[in-house]
Amino acid sequence: MERPEIEAKLVDLLVDELGLERESITMEARFEEDLDVDSLGVVELLMALEDNFDVKIPDEEAEKITTVGEAADLVSQKLNA
Amino acid sequence: MREDGRVALVTGGSRGIGRAIALRLAAAGHQVAVNYVANEDAAIETVTAVKTAGGTASAVQGDVGDEASVQALIDQVSDTLGAVEILVNNAGITRDDLLMRMKPEAWDAVIQTNLKSVYLCSRAVLRGMLRAKWGRIINISSVAGVYGNPGQANYAAAKAGVIGFTQSLAKEIGSRGITVNAVAPGFIETDMTAALGEDAAAAAVQQITLGRLGRPEEVASAVGYLASADASYITGQTIVVDGGLAI
Repeated sequence: MERPEIEAKLVDLLVDELGLERESITMEARFEEDLDVDSLGVVELLMALEDNFDVKIPDEEAEKITTVGEAADLVSQKLNA
Repeated sequence: MREDGRVALVTGGSRGIGRAIALRLAAAGHQVAVNYVANEDAAIETVTAVKTAGGTASAVQGDVGDEASVQALIDQVSDTLGAVEILVNNAGITRDDLLMRMKPEAWDAVIQTNLKSVYLCSRAVLRGMLRAKWGRIINISSVAGVYGNPGQANYAAAKAGVIGFTQSLAKEIGSRGITVNAVAPGFIETDMTAALGEDAAAAAVQQITLGRLGRPEEVASAVGYLASADASYITGQTIVVDGGLAI
């Protein structure tokens, strides 16, 4: 899957699963500080990523994610591994 | 009232209070996984009793104090019945002794089976509940965990721990439509209280406002209520079912 496709799908998930405003989502946006997603919301997002991209994200790697771009990086890395 | 059938898991569901809870949830229309650790005959008997009453149940073996075993049993339930929507953390043991004589093994065994199991099983089912944005976790505590009981420092510590766990997890996941509550039984007629002996039981009855021991079904009805749609606005609570033992 190409990077733009991953990012588009990720943004859709953030809108559908976490109820975020599409306009507020940038790759630089930080989940907790900029998007007001609580820590449980980040956990839920990672679950949604696993389900929708059919990848497995270990807890140690999941804990490092703070921005939307980092989530896209991780999915991209898992898909191309 | 019969409800939409959901998938329920009752740990330690083969005997005593757990058995009554399995029957109660099945009577409400839920599909019940009856967990047991060693007594397969009792688990099969409970499953048969559920089926005879027109309900759906299956037995699932697993040590709820062991992480790998918990994951295996949750996976088994997910594969056969679906994701667990109602979890009743009921499994429990006693290793009573005066604290001065209590061996570390007796302490560890009770904490592992009665408290660590609650953490392990709850964590293992949460993913499915978060996905569904619905779930009920009901933890069986004890009056020993609320008021203490001599000779049961390990058991009381575990059961008090269950109440703190219940309140904390309720706060963590309340915004996702998942409720977490506890039920604290008093002296109930089970193998566990029969082991106390007749004298101890008679002494206990003296202190019970209703003047008798409780029946497992009377604890199960509180659990059934917390699992039902009627209890949708209750979370982080402990319902004491003790016949007025401590009022």
